[in-house]
Amino acid sequence: MLARRAASFTKRSIKADSKRSGLRLAVSMLDLTTLEGADSPELVRALCRRAIAPCPVPPLNPPIPSVAAVCIYPRLVPIVREALAGSSVRVASVATGFPSGQAPLAMRLQDTQAAIEAGADEIDMVISRGAFLAGRCDEVADEVRAVQDVCGDAHLKIILETGELETPDNIRRCADLVIEAASRDRDLGDGQVFVKTSTGKMSPAATMPSVLLLLESVRDHFNATGVRIGVKPAGGIRKAKAALHLLVMVRETVGQDWLTPSLFRIGASSLLDDLVRQLLWTSRGHYAAMHDVAVT
Amino acid sequence: MTQTEGAVAAAGWDYSPAPERTRPDIESEYGLFIDGEFRKSRSGKVFDTINPATGERLARIAQADEADVDAAMAAARSAGPKWARMKGRERGKYLFRLARRIQECSRELAVLETMDGGKPIKESRDVDLPLVAQHFFYHAGWADKLQWAFAGRPVRPRGVCGQIIPWNFPLLMAAWKLAPALACGNTVVLKPAETTPLTALHLARLMQEIDLPPGVVNIVTGFGETGRLVATHSAVRKVAFTGSTGVGRTLMQETAGREIPLTLELGGKSPNIVFADAAIDQAIEGVVGGIWFNQGHVCCAGSRLFVEESILETFVSALRDRMKQLRVGDPLDKNTDIGAINSEGQLERIRSLVRTGQEEGAILHDVQAEPLPKKGCWFPPCFFTGVQPSHTVAREEIFGPVLSVMSFRTPEEAIRRANATPYGLAAGIWTDKGSKIFEIASRMDAGIVWCNSYNQFDAAAPFGGVKESGFGREGGLHGLRAYVR
Amino acid sequence: MSRLEVVKTGKLWIGGKWPRSESGATFPVTNPEGEVVARCASASRKDSRDAVEAARSGLGKWRDSTAMLRGQVMYRAAEMLEGRAAELTEALQFGGAGAAAARQEVDASIDRMVMLAGWCDKIHQVLGCQNSVAGPYHCFTIPQPCGVVVAFSPAEPALLSLVTLVGAAMSIGNSVVAVAPPQAGLAAVLLGEVLAVSDVPAGAVNILTGNQKDLVEPLGGHREVAVVVSGGLSKASRVAVRMAAADGIRRVHAVPWTGSAWEDDEETCSPWFLEQFVEFKTLWHPAAS
Repeated sequence: MLARRAASFTKRSIKADSKRSGLRLAVSMLDLTTLEGADSPELVRALCRRAIAPCPVPPLNPPIPSVAAVCIYPRLVPIVREALAGSSVRVASVATGFPSGQAPLAMRLQDTQAAIEAGADEIDMVISRGAFLAGRCDEVADEVRAVQDVCGDAHLKIILETGELETPDNIRRCADLVIEAASRDRDLGDGQVFVKTSTGKMSPAATMPSVLLLLESVRDHFNATGVRIGVKPAGGIRKAKAALHLLVMVRETVGQDWLTPSLFRIGASSLLDDLVRQLLWTSRGHYAAMHDVAVT
Repeated sequence: MTQTEGAVAAAGWDYSPAPERTRPDIESEYGLFIDGEFRKSRSGKVFDTINPATGERLARIAQADEADVDAAMAAARSAGPKWARMKGRERGKYLFRLARRIQECSRELAVLETMDGGKPIKESRDVDLPLVAQHFFYHAGWADKLQWAFAGRPVRPRGVCGQIIPWNFPLLMAAWKLAPALACGNTVVLKPAETTPLTALHLARLMQEIDLPPGVVNIVTGFGETGRLVATHSAVRKVAFTGSTGVGRTLMQETAGREIPLTLELGGKSPNIVFADAAIDQAIEGVVGGIWFNQGHVCCAGSRLFVEESILETFVSALRDRMKQLRVGDPLDKNTDIGAINSEGQLERIRSLVRTGQEEGAILHDVQAEPLPKKGCWFPPCFFTGVQPSHTVAREEIFGPVLSVMSFRTPEEAIRRANATPYGLAAGIWTDKGSKIFEIASRMDAGIVWCNSYNQFDAAAPFGGVKESGFGREGGLHGLRAYVR
Repeated sequence: MSRLEVVKTGKLWIGGKWPRSESGATFPVTNPEGEVVARCASASRKDSRDAVEAARSGLGKWRDSTAMLRGQVMYRAAEMLEGRAAELTEALQFGGAGAAAARQEVDASIDRMVMLAGWCDKIHQVLGCQNSVAGPYHCFTIPQPCGVVVAFSPAEPALLSLVTLVGAAMSIGNSVVAVAPPQAGLAAVLLGEVLAVSDVPAGAVNILTGNQKDLVEPLGGHREVAVVVSGGLSKASRVAVRMAAADGIRRVHAVPWTGSAWEDDEETCSPWFLEQFVEFKTLWHPAAS
């Protein structure tokens, strides 16, 4: 039933205006990501320029919106901070020993601290999946709260790595666990905390069922507390169609309120190319070549 | 949040109309399909078939009376011996051909089904048509293997089968009836429902295309009287009926003097039982699919919901939220979840039962936000709480998008209340406890039990009811039995 | 000095008890010389209703016994039949059968009970199946008992037909109301006496004797009855059963055998005969999350 419900969102036919506005919405929700060892300052600066103005010349009217954030490793935060200065695009840094999260907690907190000090607006943390799978739930809750303390006002996205949790039960329980940990005795604002499916470093990543489970967890938390937790699927989302399916799922699971970058993000890199191509197609009637759009 | 201010008006992202653009080629008038050709009724009488979403006439249909049924029976009888003698493999190949042609024409047939019956294109496209093709494929393969189907018993066809089908899954029900009958070497006179004859008649066209021998399948259109003539005709050697329990009862009486087998697939008031230890979101989906699939025009619809008392409130609230997501409207829009009610008559019946439910004190929950279309037959999805087992809406088959919600405390109580109905078609059970689900499944008075699922259908899975939901099975090995001697 | 014989009056067997007919009516059982050798209770409409109620309450215990246990109980019944073979043979001779033929029928009846006993824990494997559906589901079709079965047995072969109908229905786990015609009355009473001491739970089998025609309508129309099987009803009675059964959409079967056809083990113990006492239940469960 989970798979069936998740698949049902992919059956919605998104055409015409709803497609145009959906594509733009998806762009505005992007955490444009690069997490490669080979990332050079030059490449990252190019990425930041695309993040601010995703559409190459000539621009569409109205212009394609900026993405929500650029997501990089901590060491690149200063460069990105500078490249995005004056724009609405936020600086998101992975941290806490990303992607494995295997380092001792002290080092992971240090990693986070460095990213914050360098100017990250948002931290994407990984949890200790091993601890969760071994049943040491308190350990996971404690590390979430410790990272939260370091983050201060910076928004926190908690990566579950759903592919490693494997079962729907695990994913749902883990989402409930981290949301509860992050909310316990804290006065969270809407979107201050996100749950995120994956690091993008393993497969499967953001499958439709795994995202649905996070949305259901967030929905139930909202029904119980009135606080809106954000959701971020990441990993393996490459096509505009997949992004639209995600928006459909958000709309029909948690409702229109979540259809904003402050509550829903999509972590991806090449997805932006396809979103822009599709937007160009919807306005110009012919498909753009990859070299028209992929200008990083 | 400042990062994307003004970029997108987020609130109110909705789906634009997504109409299915394929249009089948609909003739203005259809004859009866007898002996391989379309012909006018002897009386020249016709009736209209209406698109329930618009109220407009789609075509005029010939109305068969006694002379026409006689002719169809004669054609079926004379085609019988050759068809029965044909090697199973060859007979099977006709069915394989037909299955392939159905697949090739499935988009047109799906649209036609939606126009004639009102069901959403999403369902006719993704559920009905794939199952129709599967039914012919599955049974095609049986035609040359019947000697293995019934251990120690040589099988022979029965002869002419009279088959009467309903309007809720017009083409699928035709496939359910025709495929096993033909695979076993019988010939058929089929009577489609008067409100939804078009897809069966288009199927007849495909039969012509694949050179199915004339007379093997004959289709007579008309009203109840035509069906009665088919069921009681002296040439008939087997009668199969899908429809209401009331008509099934009458058919039993009318055929009481004939020593011929009868299979009946009748009504239901099937329970869906949700325990507190179920995966709740999955159960919600099962309940939604159970009652709001095909506007609730489903014999096995899970129309009585029993929820464990400790989760009743949260479950009902989640169900209400989920119901809000259902999109009611143009059946040809690919995003429509709930289409048109099949006919004026059915709409009136649903309305009257819902009124009765309210008068008897049940509480109606109807959250449809969008106004219903002005023309055509529509009823919003809804459910009742505060339902007592004695309420009309808890006992009578509504055959519409109306659910009755009740609660229970213990498994024994759930079983007792679920079985407290003259019907026995299907049941759904939702719990993550394996032993509990099997115990309850074995104690349900039902021919089909869906555990942690609902409304699954397959050509290989026998379908049919117990008690007043009828007898005999359709589909699978067990579905062949009624069609062999 | 001649001793005055004590003539037995066979009673009805309902819910594990032995009531006389509620009406008090009996019919005589005579030998070929026309002498009254026994009497049997003549079941009334009310008796038939009581029998159905008893069968309804006896159903659960029999149905929910393990198939292994049901087989043991039925085999026990065969053992007890063997022990009373002489008496049964004599009863059949009253009906006009020669000594050898009567004994042959008794032997066949005992063997029939053994064969049917053996089906209890095997029929599910022959009639049930797994369905290879096009999706991630375990889908099974399993045979289950129908519920209360009403069986009208023919006048002859009096014992063999009754054992066949009762045994077949029992083997699936149904409870039974059997109605034997007067000609078969004494054999029916004796079968009841045998089953009563074979650990058959009260009400699982009920045996009535009397005029079948009078009971066709009340039994065919009783809403607790799931199946009516006719072993020897007239055409008119068969139609009457179907008319009465229509109200509750009951299953009605007519057994095609007469006379020596009942002796055919292959036919009478075939799963395709037993299938008439089966309801199929198709069970689905997802096999993927």
